[in-house]
Amino acid sequence: MRFFAGQYDVGVIGAGHAGIEAALAAARLGCSAIIFSINLDWIGNMPCNPSVGGTAKGHLVREIDALGGEMGKAADATLLQSRMLNRGKGPAVHSLRAQIDRREYSGYMKHRLETTPGLDILQAEVVKIERGPQGFKLITSLDAEYSAKTVIIASGTFLKGRIFIGEVSYEGGPDGMFAATSLSESLKELGVSLRRFKTGTPARVLSSSIEYAKMEEQEGEEPVIPFSFETKKKLKNQVSCHITWTNTETKRIINENLYRSPLYSGKIQGIGTRYCPSIEDKIVRFADKERHQVFVEPCGLKTDEMYLQGLSSSLPADVQLELLHTIPGLEGVKVMRPAYAIEYDCCDPLQLNAGLEFMDIPGLYGAGQFNGSSGYEEAAAQGLVAGINAALKVQSRPPMILDRASGYIGTLVDDLVTKGCTDPYRMMTSRSEYRLILRQDNADERLTPIGREIGLVDDERWQNFCTRQEAKKAERKRLRETVLPPTEQLNSILVSRETSPVETGVRLEELLKRPQLDYETLTPIDLGRPDLDPMVREQVEIEIKYEGYIKRQQAAVDEMRRLENKLLPEQADYKAITGLRKEAQEKLTKIRPRSLGQASRISGVSPADISVLIVWLNSQRECN
Amino acid sequence: MSRVIAAISTAAAPAGLGVIRLSGDDAIEVACRFFRPKSRTKTLRETEGYAALLGRIYDSDGDIDECVALVFRAPHSFTGENVVELSCHGGLYILQRTLRAAIQAGARPAEAGEFTRRAFVNGKMDLTRAEAVMDLISAGGRLAAKSALITHEGALFRRMQKVCGELTGAAANLSAFVDYPDDDIPQLQPRELSRVLENARVELSALLERFDVGKTIREGIDTVIAGRPNVGKSTLMNLLAGCERSIVTPVAGTTRDIIEETIRLGDVVLRLADTAGQRTTTDEVESIGVSRARERMERAALVLAVFDGSRPLDEDDRRLAEAAAQKTSIAIINKSDIEQKIDEEYIKGLYKHTVVLSAKVGEGRDELERAVLEVSGVAALNDTDLLLANERQRDCARRSLDCVDEAISSLSSGMTLDAVGVSIDGAISALLELTGEKTTEAVVN
Repeated sequence: MRFFAGQYDVGVIGAGHAGIEAALAAARLGCSAIIFSINLDWIGNMPCNPSVGGTAKGHLVREIDALGGEMGKAADATLLQSRMLNRGKGPAVHSLRAQIDRREYSGYMKHRLETTPGLDILQAEVVKIERGPQGFKLITSLDAEYSAKTVIIASGTFLKGRIFIGEVSYEGGPDGMFAATSLSESLKELGVSLRRFKTGTPARVLSSSIEYAKMEEQEGEEPVIPFSFETKKKLKNQVSCHITWTNTETKRIINENLYRSPLYSGKIQGIGTRYCPSIEDKIVRFADKERHQVFVEPCGLKTDEMYLQGLSSSLPADVQLELLHTIPGLEGVKVMRPAYAIEYDCCDPLQLNAGLEFMDIPGLYGAGQFNGSSGYEEAAAQGLVAGINAALKVQSRPPMILDRASGYIGTLVDDLVTKGCTDPYRMMTSRSEYRLILRQDNADERLTPIGREIGLVDDERWQNFCTRQEAKKAERKRLRETVLPPTEQLNSILVSRETSPVETGVRLEELLKRPQLDYETLTPIDLGRPDLDPMVREQVEIEIKYEGYIKRQQAAVDEMRRLENKLLPEQADYKAITGLRKEAQEKLTKIRPRSLGQASRISGVSPADISVLIVWLNSQRECN
Repeated sequence: MSRVIAAISTAAAPAGLGVIRLSGDDAIEVACRFFRPKSRTKTLRETEGYAALLGRIYDSDGDIDECVALVFRAPHSFTGENVVELSCHGGLYILQRTLRAAIQAGARPAEAGEFTRRAFVNGKMDLTRAEAVMDLISAGGRLAAKSALITHEGALFRRMQKVCGELTGAAANLSAFVDYPDDDIPQLQPRELSRVLENARVELSALLERFDVGKTIREGIDTVIAGRPNVGKSTLMNLLAGCERSIVTPVAGTTRDIIEETIRLGDVVLRLADTAGQRTTTDEVESIGVSRARERMERAALVLAVFDGSRPLDEDDRRLAEAAAQKTSIAIINKSDIEQKIDEEYIKGLYKHTVVLSAKVGEGRDELERAVLEVSGVAALNDTDLLLANERQRDCARRSLDCVDEAISSLSSGMTLDAVGVSIDGAISALLELTGEKTTEAVVN
């Protein structure tokens, strides 16, 4: 029999990377919140790779941290190894990636949730969402009813989850947990349209059965740069990863057994990620490639389980073993958990607004894989946005909308709610048109003031941020005003770096502009240099070196923001606006853009349509 | 803050006067950059509203024309903004060059219906007209899309697409290299990258040349005189050119190559090419000339198809008549001074303009001139939208080229590839604006 079990401001369904950030943000903003998880032992689980960050994803983690999220701190606290990817490819694309002790990470997050005031944690499966007098009613499988003013769905891959391993398939969630089988129907009744996506993960194998001597070792990089702007503790690399390659024999085995793959036999209907393909997918799509890279990554310090990045698969277990044994170093490998594919329900994000709220169901939010994305970092970013907005709604404050120029988080959300996605969305640096502005080093500058305004950045953090900003300003002034005489010492440095010597005095700033020079090379002659925070130093150097490009992108940003600030009424009847082409009317009606800027990014809305909207907006204004 | 927009506001047909209109906060300031008052003591900046100033317009190549600048000060103008109207002498070439000078000075080519839209937005038009304005803009957009479609099929578009494709390939390669650090994607070699960029630079520069509509107008309409041998093509050429240029003999097949001449017929300049007579031939040298003549005809903007009125039409005549009728063309029935045996009705059924003349006697030149004016006038009118589109396309191509140049210099000065990528992205997005795939700042007020 149904019983009333509690009343909350914010209810969060799912305690993965999205749910955690959502619940923490809501509670930290002063809301009473409850987070539901099917299994409390797997809060913040990493069912795929035991790592955080990577290209563009590293940017997301820094931005989550800058706004006041938890992911960066948790990753720093449980880090096994860290590398800065894309060094040498330019500051816009530097990305942090860290190997994580996944058990420790999960424990860290669970404890963080447990100790956050105002937040309750419950192991329960939510089977039903109903509209209630004060928002929503959430009903668990034990018939307990919770009321919540706002609800965030962060169900990951649990909704009607189905596992595929070769010819075998069964109902199930990730990592041996059970699936959430009832909630989908309830969501459909509420008016949410759902679809099927799929993803997959490679096998976990026993470390002692691997011959590492046959592989290439990949150590971490020193010094370790933390994800969080707040991590002061010096972090250390504790483990190595290893690299090996597939070969023609691997290829042969896969090709011969393709017919047994559920993906190719048509059993899997869900759409998989284009950017994170399974090994059989890679063999088929890049048929001319002889070998594919495999990374062997540790899952933790207290386990011998190793993750095989690059070998995600849904081939039968016997084929998996056979193909693993063709790979150098894995000839005698013992599988602990086989690779699998998982198919699940998720929503079409075009139903959401830029605050990640369902436009037709105010108070209901979506985040993470439920919104059609892939990746822990993408999920956490959306969880933070949804959690903040749910709390702001409860407090009758205006929503937080992050535009594309504010960061990768804003870009991610805008892409999802404006363009939608046809396969699981992965963040990439190429998705941003403002890469030189959206760097991982300046995430705090872009987002900490916003986090402060919302209330997620405490005084101490704000003080630290302001101190860094002051230091940066002072250093830029010093570099602009310090003139070095054309001494022999200076010119010998210049010549040794293959750049032209100077005949007159030269400003430090001018020297730093040269691609051949940096802070390091100028040390012997820059005698008045203060003791600088490495973060400040890095930012100053990049700002000077890339000034021209940054200015160009900033001009584009300003231009974009002008359109972004022209808001469209939520209830606009686009079908009644004369002059709009039919395609534009339909797209605008479906997506309901917030601003002219968002409207202009919808495919099928032409510049002429935008002009028509401008005139229409003006006539509306005059009518009122 | 509204950016200055500029457009030719009079029809792009041969006329005595033509007006270029500039509108926007800085319209007067922008006009100052390419308009020099005749009187040294006066400037546009100090000119009051509703007042005119005589002066000259110029660009980086020098003087363009004498003109009258009429100043309207906000809000007392058609658009409600600061407006400068420049009355120049008519003629597409001058107007085109003046518009370009305005763009060089900082104006942006106006979108379809943009002046009207601004007028509306600034309250210069009754609210009841809002719908009419929206329809107008939408119709303008459709027209622009249509002209974009025309260029879609053109060689120009294909070349541009190729450049865009190569740049996109390079950009994709750069980002794949960055976005998949684990997938051992080989780095795009700087040498390969600079080859792509260099190639794009060459192509874009060549395209810019070709975009120059003004040049076409200045240098004349590409016109071909075509016909089977000995119908009097060379005599016609000589009549038009006013002197003997082609070798004229009674032997059929004398002109074996292409002879060119630029002539002026009233307001219109024709770049005339006399071609070898088109017939089935076994003579090797002559057959080369014949196939060249056919190609030349295909490329021409205007074809003067010449037929011998004193003889019945044969197979060669009919084949040519049908081919030439597919183009903008005028049929000329020559040798009107001797007995006529031609099937005139057949020709008149194929062509909108048929002129009967005698090139040898010099009869019918006026009639031909009228026909040419009419045909090229129609062509010019048809070109109005294309012209506007072209000016915008040119602007895009120009910006794209600037970005490519920047990428080349970044690469050679040793900047990191993410910076080079920014310039390449800029080049691609400017090219995408051409195809209308990207909404530009152009729609921002």
